[in-house]
Amino acid sequence: MTPAETSAFEAKIRAYVGREMGPPKRGNDDVNLAMIRHWAEVTGDENPLYTDAEFAAASSRKGIIAPPTMLGIWAMEGYPMAQGHTGKVDVQRELHNIFEAHGFTGVLGTNTITEFHRELRPGDQVISHTVIDNISAPKKTARGHGYFIETVTRFTDQHGQDVGRQVFRTLRFMPSAESVAANQAQSGGDAKLKAPTRIQSPRGHDNAWWWEAIDQGRLLIQRCKRCGTLRHPPRPMCGECQSLEWDSIESSLEGEVYSYTEVSYPKFPGYPDPLLCGLIQLKEGTRLVANIVGCAPEAVHVGMKVRGKVERVDDATVLPNFYPA
Amino acid sequence: MNRTTRTFGSVTLGEKLPPLKIDVTAGLIVGGALASRDFTPVHHDKAAAQATGLPDIFMNILTSNGLMGRYVTDWTGPEAALKSIEVKLGAPNVPGMVMTITGEVTAKDDAAGTVIVSVSGDNNVWGTHMAGKVCVALPKES
Ligand SMILES: [Zn+2]
Repeated sequence: MTPAETSAFEAKIRAYVGREMGPPKRGNDDVNLAMIRHWAEVTGDENPLYTDAEFAAASSRKGIIAPPTMLGIWAMEGYPMAQGHTGKVDVQRELHNIFEAHGFTGVLGTNTITEFHRELRPGDQVISHTVIDNISAPKKTARGHGYFIETVTRFTDQHGQDVGRQVFRTLRFMPSAESVAANQAQSGGDAKLKAPTRIQSPRGHDNAWWWEAIDQGRLLIQRCKRCGTLRHPPRPMCGECQSLEWDSIESSLEGEVYSYTEVSYPKFPGYPDPLLCGLIQLKEGTRLVANIVGCAPEAVHVGMKVRGKVERVDDATVLPNFYPA
Repeated sequence: MNRTTRTFGSVTLGEKLPPLKIDVTAGLIVGGALASRDFTPVHHDKAAAQATGLPDIFMNILTSNGLMGRYVTDWTGPEAALKSIEVKLGAPNVPGMVMTITGEVTAKDDAAGTVIVSVSGDNNVWGTHMAGKVCVALPKES
């Protein structure tokens, strides 16, 4: 879009902010056992308050309740509105149509905040009052360039009483051309998604020999040929005597924890959880960064004796891991 | 699920919930979308999902929300009452992935009798799918 087109588009969408989606709308189905059971089945929710009438009757609730996470579901418009098979178009659909017409074809629910003010029971009506509360400034996201639309819905029952509230944030985005092309290329073969391996070690002129020994199950330590000083990580020159001559010794894999940290957020696909990274003081004198495995994070402490094992951790990676000795 | 319910007093701050692994299948994604009355094509039509730059259909937020609620009430037991759920989605869940849900008690409100469980759902390919906070009221005594 040209800048003029963009500002015309933005004016159009901003006109929707503050608008109600329509008059308060009673859900197409009142709260009912069939929809409750379908939801409980698919989410694997075995809470007997949702599906076991006898248990529920004897409980503090004195009868079946709907899973609270169904609150917004009672108000969903269903198939005809989603497919555009209906002459009726609500204000929200109208807004989404404007995004689609301007190339923002991607749609993704990104956040919900839901408050449950009372539990719903079979037979309850759910009436939704929805306002388009906010449209963000244009954002660059991992999925593409787009806008976040935020709606706020207040839910009431057949008595006009408040039963809950939901903030729903949706991203409308222009799918990035690269990701569409990549996925369409991949889809021909229906390639299975593969879980990632560890980040692969960069192997250069000065350190490939060390990783190659790891691949063969041996942890080596570089040694200066002139003065005998050990060093790690591998590098061309001795820090003590500046000699460029070196060989190596094989580590006993005995040592202790010099320092450590637990990486708790975010979790990395392909890495273990919990993920403990230790600085290991080897008996030979050098230190090495490696994972501490085989023990709970609470049990690790500075000075803990550990014993290493060079082992395969995934299809592409061999690493030294350290276990409590 | 365990049919006895944890009491407010029995829960400790920092307590970790047992992890739950969810196989993300096409059936779960389509079933969850339909059970939540969400017929947006990207949740059942692979070509529509690919046109938006993803390799396959992906889980709708209502299903993620439902799984998060279930995860916490599986742990509390049935007599607890959900008060609120905040969910923020990250990487999509697509068929073939495995999502591991973990949680930790991060707040306790003595006056209200509620606890907050911070929950994370991480898939094995792209990482964090969902992160959020679930507020749940627990009975004072069983
Ligand atoms: Zn030297």
